[in-house]
Amino acid sequence: MDWQTLATALFPRGHSLTELDNFLSGSAQSGEQTIAVVGTTGHAPIGVEIALAQARFVLQTVREHLGENPRRPILMLVDTAGQRLRHRDEMLGINSYMAHLGKCVELARREGHKVIALVYDQALSGGFITSGLMADACYALPDATIRVMGLPAMARITKVPEQRLVELAASNPVFAPGPENYLRMGGVQDIWRGDLAAQLEQALAAAPAGDVRSKLGQQRGGRNFAQRVIEAIMADSDVLAP
Amino acid sequence: MNNDMRSYLESTARERVERLFDAGSFVEFLPPSSRVISPHLGQLDAPVAFDDGVVVGRATLGGQRVFAAAQEGGFMGGAVGEVHGAKLVGLLRRAAADKIPAVVLLLETGGVRLHEANAGLIAVSEVMRAVLDARAAGVAVVTLAGGSNGVFGGMGIVARCTNAILMSEEGRLAMSGPEVIETASGVEEFDSRDRALVWRTTGGKHRYLLGDCQAIVADSVAQFRQAAIETIAACCSRPTAPGLAELEQEHAMLGERIVRFGAMTDPLDIWAALGIEEPAAIPMLDAAQFVAAASAHRLGGR
Amino acid sequence: METLTYRFENGMRALPPQPRVIGVVGSGNLEVLIESTPQGGACTIDIKTAAVGFGATWQAVMQDFHDRWQLMDASIAINDMGATPAVVSLRLDQAVETMLGATP
Repeated sequence: MDWQTLATALFPRGHSLTELDNFLSGSAQSGEQTIAVVGTTGHAPIGVEIALAQARFVLQTVREHLGENPRRPILMLVDTAGQRLRHRDEMLGINSYMAHLGKCVELARREGHKVIALVYDQALSGGFITSGLMADACYALPDATIRVMGLPAMARITKVPEQRLVELAASNPVFAPGPENYLRMGGVQDIWRGDLAAQLEQALAAAPAGDVRSKLGQQRGGRNFAQRVIEAIMADSDVLAP
Repeated sequence: MNNDMRSYLESTARERVERLFDAGSFVEFLPPSSRVISPHLGQLDAPVAFDDGVVVGRATLGGQRVFAAAQEGGFMGGAVGEVHGAKLVGLLRRAAADKIPAVVLLLETGGVRLHEANAGLIAVSEVMRAVLDARAAGVAVVTLAGGSNGVFGGMGIVARCTNAILMSEEGRLAMSGPEVIETASGVEEFDSRDRALVWRTTGGKHRYLLGDCQAIVADSVAQFRQAAIETIAACCSRPTAPGLAELEQEHAMLGERIVRFGAMTDPLDIWAALGIEEPAAIPMLDAAQFVAAASAHRLGGR
Repeated sequence: METLTYRFENGMRALPPQPRVIGVVGSGNLEVLIESTPQGGACTIDIKTAAVGFGATWQAVMQDFHDRWQLMDASIAINDMGATPAVVSLRLDQAVETMLGATP
């Protein structure tokens, strides 16, 4: 879905989103609220510049709304082919730019901004790990692609035959790309169908405090160990609960 | 009193933990005898490890209570799967709950464990949030990066979410590995077999000059230990979580980095621009010589 | 992966209570977890190995190990990634020596 169509569906009461070099930003109406919107489009590879641009928007939003109650919610729109794979980005320290964006999102959260993310097209690992995956909750459209890496590249690096990965991807939420699997594993809070504007309003109202994904993964049966491991360590136990 | 001159690089994760913290002080959480292994590796016919490649627990360091984690680079490249990641998350959440002054992360990892794909990605994201939650709760989180596999992928991002990073010259810190970049964008883009270029681009000395790590030490457990003690003391003497002012300052630093160095093609050019007199000699300097040569020129960012 | 199990009765040397682990599950290497467990005096060894079809070799190495140490009420678990018999024997000995407090 292109971002303009998405914006019309999300913000029937209007928005001021603009796009520049695949960087999206602006504000919009959601229900009675004005919200801040930032993100990417065009399956943008995330390099140092666009990571910094997203961080700048988040910092400006925090700065502009200090002292307000409630703080302006932030919606992050995700469409990315992953991190940019260039020597220059590594030389400049793209991990630092990504971390900076993640810390800015965390700051916004601590300052009282609700932060929601929506994967509306593609999300590949490094491209959304400090945007979408740092939100209070990450949502996805049904046709979104969410994955760590394409299967051929995974086969090359893991030395597991591609055929075996394809078989596993058909049935196993750990390997299969796609929002349903991330939903089952707790990485995605919900998949939005139908009235996107209404879904957004509900999401903003229901934003969880704290990282609930390991619990969700357990409740939904997609990750049976993470939450139990965390709880065992918290309880100073050397055995996992059944 | 620890004075272990042995190589940090060549030590296993367990050896690093035994040798770096106060002698006999380390107590492991979910030890190997608990057999909390990966639930996913079996279906790929891959062997498991009883600790899923990470040792976590509590210790004292110079007499001070800390929590500690050490990734085993020899198992699956130290990469993060569901259980491995959850051990790190549990450690960080418990540090916050128990009001532990500091967590020391001995990282050595390729990032997300591809054999566990989606579970690994979500796990790394949870570690990231857990680090920032711990910092917000008053816990200082310090990264040590001195292993041969470096600290890559999503964990390279996690490292830059911690309060401070201590590296050796042998250590590396980045996001995408040179092989991945070469495969995606060609050997002219990044020749992964050019070891000198790899270390100039991702190695400790370059990160120290850019201000992305806070200390460079020689490859010895004793030096890492001493640097960790000093760094924790410094971190604990100020707020542990980054506020708006600090992030705005970091933002300016990162913006300026692109302006000053964004058109350069080799890190040597960056070092020259910083005022280093003999950039080509930098790789040859030992840790102490390097720190002395760098001190007047390095960027002071956190 | 292949799973192999061995049990040797009538061991003679007891182990202290604290479990130990030695080694790393990397290429050509293995990890050995050794624990003191009541099992009627026997020493059991459970192996999961990525190198399939070497049962006879493992049998020989385990027998040698038991002849050497004669452990009783000992439970040993191994995750192996293609270590040679020499490395297997080395790690097993290291595990026992660490258990018994000998200098490695």
